Amino acid sequence: MAPSSVKLQELIRLIRTAKTQAEERAIIQKECADIRSSFREEDPSFRCRNVAKLLYMHMLGYPAHFGQMECLKLIASPRFSDKRVGYLGAMLLLDERQDASLLITNSIKNDMNHNSQYVQGLALCTLGCMGSSEMCRDLATEVERLLKTSNSYIKKKAALSAVHVVRKVPELIELYIPAAESLLGGKNHGVLHSAVVLITEMCVRNPEATCKFKKVVPELVQIMKNLIMSGYSPEHNVGGISDPFLQVQMLCLMRILGQNDDEVSEAMNDILAQVATNTDTSKNAGNAILYETVLTIMDIRSESGLRVLAVNILGRFLLNSDKNIRYIAMTSLLKMVQTDHNAVQRHRGTIVDCLKDTDASVKRRALDLTFALINGHNIRSMIKELLQFLDHCPAELRSDCASGIFLAAEKYAPSKRWHIDTILRVLTTAGSYVRDETVPNLIQLITNTSELYAYTVHKLYQAVLADISQQPLVQVAAWCIGEYGEFLLSGTCEEEKTVKVTEDDMLDVLEMILQSHMSSPATRGYALTSLMKLSTRISDNVDRIRKIVSIYGSCIDVELQQRAIEYNTLFKKYDHMRVAVLERMPVIEKNSQVCSDKSTKVLNDENKPFSLSKPNQTEVKIQNAANQQTVDLLDLIGISDPSSTPVVQNNQEKMVGGELLDLLGGINFGAIPSITAYNKNGLTVEFFFEKVGNNELSIQLKAKNATAKDMKEFILQAAVPKNIQIHLQAPSGSVLPALCSGCVSQTILISNPNKVSLKMRLRLSYSIEGSTVQDICEVNNFPPQTWQ
Amino acid sequence: MMRFMLLFSRQGKLRLQKWYVSIGDKEKKKITREMTQIVLGRKPQTCNFIDWKDLKIVYKRYASLYFCCAMEGQDNELLTLELMHRYVELLDNYFGNVCELDIIFNFEKAYFILDEFLMGGEIQETSKLSVSKSIEESDMLQE
Repeated sequence: MAPSSVKLQELIRLIRTAKTQAEERAIIQKECADIRSSFREEDPSFRCRNVAKLLYMHMLGYPAHFGQMECLKLIASPRFSDKRVGYLGAMLLLDERQDASLLITNSIKNDMNHNSQYVQGLALCTLGCMGSSEMCRDLATEVERLLKTSNSYIKKKAALSAVHVVRKVPELIELYIPAAESLLGGKNHGVLHSAVVLITEMCVRNPEATCKFKKVVPELVQIMKNLIMSGYSPEHNVGGISDPFLQVQMLCLMRILGQNDDEVSEAMNDILAQVATNTDTSKNAGNAILYETVLTIMDIRSESGLRVLAVNILGRFLLNSDKNIRYIAMTSLLKMVQTDHNAVQRHRGTIVDCLKDTDASVKRRALDLTFALINGHNIRSMIKELLQFLDHCPAELRSDCASGIFLAAEKYAPSKRWHIDTILRVLTTAGSYVRDETVPNLIQLITNTSELYAYTVHKLYQAVLADISQQPLVQVAAWCIGEYGEFLLSGTCEEEKTVKVTEDDMLDVLEMILQSHMSSPATRGYALTSLMKLSTRISDNVDRIRKIVSIYGSCIDVELQQRAIEYNTLFKKYDHMRVAVLERMPVIEKNSQVCSDKSTKVLNDENKPFSLSKPNQTEVKIQNAANQQTVDLLDLIGISDPSSTPVVQNNQEKMVGGELLDLLGGINFGAIPSITAYNKNGLTVEFFFEKVGNNELSIQLKAKNATAKDMKEFILQAAVPKNIQIHLQAPSGSVLPALCSGCVSQTILISNPNKVSLKMRLRLSYSIEGSTVQDICEVNNFPPQTWQ
Repeated sequence: MMRFMLLFSRQGKLRLQKWYVSIGDKEKKKITREMTQIVLGRKPQTCNFIDWKDLKIVYKRYASLYFCCAMEGQDNELLTLELMHRYVELLDNYFGNVCELDIIFNFEKAYFILDEFLMGGEIQETSKLSVSKSIEESDMLQE
């Protein structure tokens, strides 16, 4: 009882009548069940049709793996229709990962030697599309044999199978080199094309093959010449051009052979020039050839005339009405802007015009190219175009455009005022798209331009009055108003006509920023700090500031609350320090981020008279440290992410309470090796270390006098880098008896939470035999355990 | 080298898929979905090339079918347009005024024609005549 089998086209029709997904699934499930039982019957008559139906259902997305073995049976069948569908099934359902794919190796091998070239073709095609490395290894020699057949139909398929073999098993390249060379001698375009593909693949994967194939360059040139010169060949003609596929493939091979080789490049010069000038550009096929020619010219060692020709072709492409051609012209120009900068510069006008192109990808590339072409001479006009572009550009390009403008402005700004203007313009146009580091960078730029403080703060003030939604702009503006508010009050500014601003106006703006729902927490932080700074720069409305600050002491935002409370404290308990603390910020070093800021300041510390640490000045030292800490606080707010300030706060607390902890801490000598900090003129000072807690170090110093006379009034002072706190306790005495008969000991407490490498400068003074000796030395040999 | 070619309708229904790289079924489905989304989502005035991962996607719409090819970095996009056009011409030659329905009901023929034109992601025959002749003669071998 043979099951009646639905014809393929009937099934397709049936499936298409289904109105819902569920209906379709039902039809398919029923059909699959029928097919499965038919497979079980092992009936060969309908196998071909059933597998075909399975392949259709597979394309719709349904599982068809139970048909894999049936494909194998079809391939093994003697009937051509069976083989055709079987091999198709193998290519669609099997891939090299499945073990079943190995089972067809034998069939492929047999069919490669079949009488009918079409069966041979099926086998080669399947191997060339889905053959695994094992299959390729097994059949490599068969393929090589077929490469040498006289049948062009088989030769071209064998060549492309060889390409696949070479991709899967590159070691087999050697096997195909001799046969490949001879393939170029024929007339058949299919064979020629496949041969060129094979040679290209081998050269790409193996530089030795490249050397071997350089000798075919004359042959390639000849074939190209024949193609260009030959009359109309209807068989290979595309839009009036003779076999563009073959031409492009050969140009590609020439590119690989000519790379880094002057001699070979020289041999290609003429034909490349010919193709570049004679190819008809009215149809896409011609442009495809020109495109490939340009790529080849730029990649080999071509002479400069040819290179100029290539860039000009691209320049013409930019003006083409076809957007595809404009797109590839842009892409190519972008690739060569570094190597052939001047040639590309000549087309700058067209490129900048392409910023207005309708196509998004062309616009993007035009943007990249524009940035690559900016230099010191064209910066003004280029940035003008870019700012116009920024006004209308699509959202996905804004961020890149903004950062690009900043980078270019930094590199080539003709004047500081222009630079600041440009940045302001970007912030007002695309403020929400700029990167985070823009704000500190701009602030740093502003602090470095002291002559423009008035101008800058006025412009920012006006900008912020107009619009407080763009956070980076508002942050910079708030910071500037805080720092340079006095310029707003005085209304002086040579550059612009200015409006006199009252204290109330300024405070209004800052309050508005604080209260606006559009302001981010960081922005409000800036505004609050600026308000605080203004308390020392204005005269009448300090109370208003005090009030605002105390209100924010109960703000829900913890960061703002903390700041407000600190500032309140500054008003109440440390009012005498307020002016010093809120002084104008020092000029920020160029290219310094917070971390390197600290290191430069360490150097500065060493040059300045260092904050001395005398035993009876302990009180002042703590105070100084506190000062330093609050200055740090403001620094960090101005430059970096406010979230780092709590860390600094902790330091201060630890510093104050640290003493007690240190005294109560356990003594643990011997863990860290001691060092000799000073040894000169008979005076030696040794340091003994002991770690107390994670960040505290206790140094016990012992000073000894090896000279014959006593050293009296011995005083030791010490200074450390900025991030470390130091505290000297009272020494045991001030007399160093001669000949090491006694010593003076003193304890130094070091707090180093940032684990900065420990250095110390010592200043020693003593009197010996009536004369005073003073000396300064650096101690750099602290063992790493003292700070790590 | 071409990595894959997809043909799909304006509703996103797949009509032909040819993969020249070894990829799992699930991954193929994922990529197909993504391609369909990207290509169908393109505005009318944009160019026919899309940058996708490290590949160049070249697509063109012929009547109700989208032809979509994924090419590697060094391939010539303009030539790929010619390639797709050649395939359409071959189909047109074979079916006579080819339309989407032809490809739906004769999908296996579409594959056979493709396999005479391309192999392993590369063009195997540049002569339209040769390809058509091969298909004709193969068809005659069918029992």
